[in-house]
Amino acid sequence: MDPCSLTAVQIARAVKARELTAVAVWEAFEARIRRFNPTLNAFLHVNPQAAAEAAAIDARVAAGEDPGPLAGVPVAVKDNIVTCGMPTTCASRILEGWVSPYDATVVKNLRAAGAVIAGKTNLDEFAMGGSNENSAFGPVRNPWDPRAVPGGSSGGSAAAVAARLVPLALGSDTGGSVRQPASFCHLHGLKPTYGRVSRHGLVAFASSLDQIGPLTRTADDAALLHGVLAGHDPHDATSLRPDQLPSPPAPDGPLRVGVVREFLAEGLDPGVREVVEAALAKWKAAGATLVDVSLPSAGFGIAIYYLLATSEASSNLSRYDGVRYAFRAADARNLEDLYSRTRGQGFGAEVKRRILLGTYALSAGWYDAYYRKAQQVRTLIRREVAAAFETCDVLAGPTVPTPPFALGALIDDPLSMYLSDMYAVVANLAGVPALSVPAGFTRAEGMTADGVGAIPTLPVGLQVMARPGHEETLFAFARGQEALAPELGGRVAPDPEEVSR
Amino acid sequence: MIERETVQKIARLARLELTAEEIEEMQGQLGRILSYVEMIQAVDTEGVEPTAHVLDVTMTLRPDVPADSGAPPSAYLKAAPDSGYGFFKVPRIVEGGEHGSV
Repeated sequence: MDPCSLTAVQIARAVKARELTAVAVWEAFEARIRRFNPTLNAFLHVNPQAAAEAAAIDARVAAGEDPGPLAGVPVAVKDNIVTCGMPTTCASRILEGWVSPYDATVVKNLRAAGAVIAGKTNLDEFAMGGSNENSAFGPVRNPWDPRAVPGGSSGGSAAAVAARLVPLALGSDTGGSVRQPASFCHLHGLKPTYGRVSRHGLVAFASSLDQIGPLTRTADDAALLHGVLAGHDPHDATSLRPDQLPSPPAPDGPLRVGVVREFLAEGLDPGVREVVEAALAKWKAAGATLVDVSLPSAGFGIAIYYLLATSEASSNLSRYDGVRYAFRAADARNLEDLYSRTRGQGFGAEVKRRILLGTYALSAGWYDAYYRKAQQVRTLIRREVAAAFETCDVLAGPTVPTPPFALGALIDDPLSMYLSDMYAVVANLAGVPALSVPAGFTRAEGMTADGVGAIPTLPVGLQVMARPGHEETLFAFARGQEALAPELGGRVAPDPEEVSR
Repeated sequence: MIERETVQKIARLARLELTAEEIEEMQGQLGRILSYVEMIQAVDTEGVEPTAHVLDVTMTLRPDVPADSGAPPSAYLKAAPDSGYGFFKVPRIVEGGEHGSV
């Protein structure tokens, strides 16, 4: 059997049953990485120790041990999550050549579960972007159509899983960075409850919003990987203790699906609307109760997100000063010069834009009008989300207002790029878990920027949010969605064209 | 569009050296983003508490005792652009002093 066509659940089972060796699994995926990564640019670094790690798993199986729930499963790690023995660049020149002295908690969890770390994946620099075009190491291509972006910022992780270069990958989601690429690449992508997964070793972007989540091809794989990642970690002060988690809901009666009115309003691509409404109609036909709900302040989501996330980023990114990390500008005359030249030369345009915006929002005279006001509107959104969950089990809508757009189409228009996350940011602002599940495909008319031409069939995701701590409800929904649309599970991205480099 | 001087001022606060072209580009882009976010001023937030934490939980404190950080100080120094004698090295800070950087 070809390991690359298997799910993570199937691979771990086969490795433990000695039907497959972890080494054979890794060799099969590594061969695909070597063949297709030059086209996709999904991986920035392939783990040179992966074969040895796989051999160690096989030795444990041979000795009668259970290596764990991810026995022999290759997992790709977004390159803003630190790893020993491999570079962590955040797709930025300012960290080029830097190697972390320690593993992130999630990476430790992966190793303890028997996973093989496949390597580090491309992203928008410091996870800032929605297309993966803001990488200092070049854009990533969407396996479903190489003219389209894979989404971002976890674009490399999404492309790697969609193209079957790995069965599983980690992303990080500050304002849609796991779910938007999941939607663009026909994957499951989870943003867990704030505090559910440790951020120790996740390079900080916006600390009141960041969470690490899985990108997978099936619902069961998403649940499996999330189970390995989640848990309390004393190294992260925002990490939730077991006693702080609400008890899982007792299933009673038909699922109540809240359809968020504002997510189906103006600004939604007609093709995406069609796919999402058809998916919801199937749920209704299957016995779910559809409830019309309103989040009146959701329309302010992007505005407050770009004030809060940039404010937090301007603080978090002050550590890149040319003293402690890899890159230092060569020609500094004094210490202040060293800071500003290192940062001026090391950061890309989007990172600079966000640092400036955040510095402005926090600066004297503007704090009340921007930062404080945004945190007040955030309170209103949190209240509206909590009220909606009084009548619903999940809140549903499209993940992204458009299908994947063409490479280059929005690169000179930051504000339009930001609006790609208009539905996704609500979950980060409210701290609730949210999952994007594959919902179908659309033919995107009008996405013809720069003479690229009409892009044919492109993935569309459906986003579901649940109450804090209710990730299981989301996985149950995802399994239900797979059962309602079995034809979607069988669809895999075509092998990319090979290029020689 | 925001003032050129404003961009220069916040770039200085952020210790970010910008070229003349970058300053011009940021004037337009930051101006457009700021006019978009201006929409929140219309929201009535009278008496609304600003969010400090998204969930109703108290953050966990750990005992304030020394613990193993997982890697020795030398590992962090090795990852820096310049180090020596157990310290990060930087250019001379005090102008004209006898003791510059080692």
